[in-house]
Amino acid sequence: MTTPATVDWDAIIKDPRFQSLHRRKTSFLWGLMAVSVVYFLMLPIGAAYFQDLFDVRVWGVVNVGLLFALSEFVVTLGIAILYSRKASSDFDVVAAEISADFAKRGATPSKE
Amino acid sequence: MTAQIKRWSAAGLFTVAALAARTAWAQAGADTDYRWLTFTVFAVIILITMYVTYVAAKRVRSASDFYTAGGGVSGFQNGWAIAGDYLSAASFLGIAGLIALYGYDGFMYSVGFLVAYITVLLLIAEPCRNIGRYTLADILAYRNDPKKTRIVGALSVIAVSTFYLTAQMVGGGVLVKTLIGINYETSVTCVGVLMLSYVLFGGMVATTWVQIIKAVLLVCASLVIVGLVWVQYGFSFPAFLQGIVDDPRVQARVASLLGDPAKNMSALELGQRFLEPGLYFKAPIDQISLGLALIFGTAGLPHILMRFFTVRTALQARRSVVWAMAIIGGFYLLTLFLGFGAAHSVGPANIAAVDAGGNMAAPLLAQYIGGGPNSLFGNFMLAFVSAVAFATIVAVVAGLVLASASAIAHDLYVGVVRAGKPVTPEGQVRAARIATLVVGAASIAIGIGAKGQNVAVLVGLAFAVAASANFPCVLLTLYWKRCNTGGIIAGMLVGTIAAVGLTLVSPNLTYPRAVKAAAHKVLDGEAAKRTASGEALASSDADVVTKAKKDLAALDKAVAKAHADIDKWGDATTSFMGLEEPLIKMKNPGIFSIPLGFLAVLIGSLLFRDRRAEELWNEVYVRQNIGLLVSKSTAH
Repeated sequence: MTTPATVDWDAIIKDPRFQSLHRRKTSFLWGLMAVSVVYFLMLPIGAAYFQDLFDVRVWGVVNVGLLFALSEFVVTLGIAILYSRKASSDFDVVAAEISADFAKRGATPSKE
Repeated sequence: MTAQIKRWSAAGLFTVAALAARTAWAQAGADTDYRWLTFTVFAVIILITMYVTYVAAKRVRSASDFYTAGGGVSGFQNGWAIAGDYLSAASFLGIAGLIALYGYDGFMYSVGFLVAYITVLLLIAEPCRNIGRYTLADILAYRNDPKKTRIVGALSVIAVSTFYLTAQMVGGGVLVKTLIGINYETSVTCVGVLMLSYVLFGGMVATTWVQIIKAVLLVCASLVIVGLVWVQYGFSFPAFLQGIVDDPRVQARVASLLGDPAKNMSALELGQRFLEPGLYFKAPIDQISLGLALIFGTAGLPHILMRFFTVRTALQARRSVVWAMAIIGGFYLLTLFLGFGAAHSVGPANIAAVDAGGNMAAPLLAQYIGGGPNSLFGNFMLAFVSAVAFATIVAVVAGLVLASASAIAHDLYVGVVRAGKPVTPEGQVRAARIATLVVGAASIAIGIGAKGQNVAVLVGLAFAVAASANFPCVLLTLYWKRCNTGGIIAGMLVGTIAAVGLTLVSPNLTYPRAVKAAAHKVLDGEAAKRTASGEALASSDADVVTKAKKDLAALDKAVAKAHADIDKWGDATTSFMGLEEPLIKMKNPGIFSIPLGFLAVLIGSLLFRDRRAEELWNEVYVRQNIGLLVSKSTAH
């Protein structure tokens, strides 16, 4: 574990790059989270209260309910990949920049 | 412990496992000609995992090796290990069974289990990697009073793990008994001893590899079965489902589930109904409540959280969740084919006859696909799926025991009892091994003692406590500045009490009055049914006679069960909690207990201000956001 005293946490927090990173990350993460929870809850709610719609056949015997359940897999994995890409190409890069910057300024994180 | 002792003990444990397998061989119920095959497949899989443990044991030198495999697991490997930890026997055999018996509703479970990982991916995995070290309580103790939060955190971990572990042990014991014919106590002991040998000697290194091996075997076995099932329909999805709709056995199953309303439906309408919701779930609110417990509970399961400490960086933690989601999602898509395939090939009634919960759907389908009960390949497939199921139970139990042992040794012993008095690295590993032994022995005892307990109640409890206590505490200490010791203690207590309390007054428990009323109803209807079947027996139509014979056999069974129930409950009128009937209608308390848990953390934090927690917030805030280089430095 690093010793907290050796890193100037307050300075990092005051850094505008950190603030902008945190803002973008928060809205992206919680936005995706809200979409996932709402989309997921549509399945039990639909199955319980909109059964007529779920029973409509669209592809041979395949009905809306089955397609909707399958779409949950696609949407969930899609969100996972979307987040993963965004984090690797954007958030991680900025975070690495900030960390490297503060390490250079002498606020080196100590070794274990 | 010297290498020599380790080697000898490993050899000893292997002998125990081999003996257990021999007992299975000697006592197996069916397929006497193929016992050798079952024995060989089990032995091969156990041998492979034992070899891995033997190699791993050499690498376990420090507490970090024991708890987190020294942080040396890659994201891809960890993804498979998470899948191995998550695809418990209950989920893979249970869900395939639910789909085989109830159609569409069973598949809704699969969806919930996958979506659960979105919460883990977006909110939990990376900050945990950046802040924690070995256990869930590490995260809670980071900026709060270390002693107090470690105690409540460790207790909650032990509670959740015990519920989950007992469920796995009971379910596993029954399963092994059904699959290979050894008695319940022996199978629980086998699972326990084998699991202990992995964890005790190989720690997290061995546990991780056992989980990876098991997950790969499970996915491969399912792919082969699904391929063989689906190829008959030219890999067409609608054609496959058309086969289900047209199946008379599926139609008969729907008719028996629906009762009277089924009388006016055509055969095709009945078959189609199998693909529509509502055959299993009756109360909509229950479904939603269960969904919430699944998607928030998974993020609070200690053995899942612990897996994020085995990778080096937040990037690897993220990769491992995405891999895990791809594997788990792919697998749960296969359950649709396993379940429907079993319904079509084996028949829902035959599946329910072997095990009322449908747990045998996948193994029976494997046997059928391989060529049936009298073929070599069919029995090989059955043996293989059974062995994978056995490995599954052992691997999941290993993960749970490791989580509880780390809570006892790392949080309670090193963090609280010996607080301020550093424990040597050897001492830490010794404490971890002793705790493992104690937890392992306790799990065997609990497994045997809990024989016949309702597995669904226990799994529900584990998820409910994880979602209502662990999840709010972990989430708020990571994301809310004002969160502090008071909030954590209040949240853990209120969340746990609400989840356990509501479950104890829910319809999940057995209510003797209702059971006896149902039994009397069966007995009252007996005479009428016998007359009807008797008349049918005299019919000249061979089909009608066969059906009547089946009905009579089923009736005999139901009557015997009714008598047994009445004898069993005697004069009892109240449940274990002293209630005549459930206080709440819901089986899953999540929809109430999760908000209560969050509320308790909020109120507790605001009532008891804690300067230290707020001063340390900046550090937590920075670390959870840009843990990248900081965590790299901790890994040196």
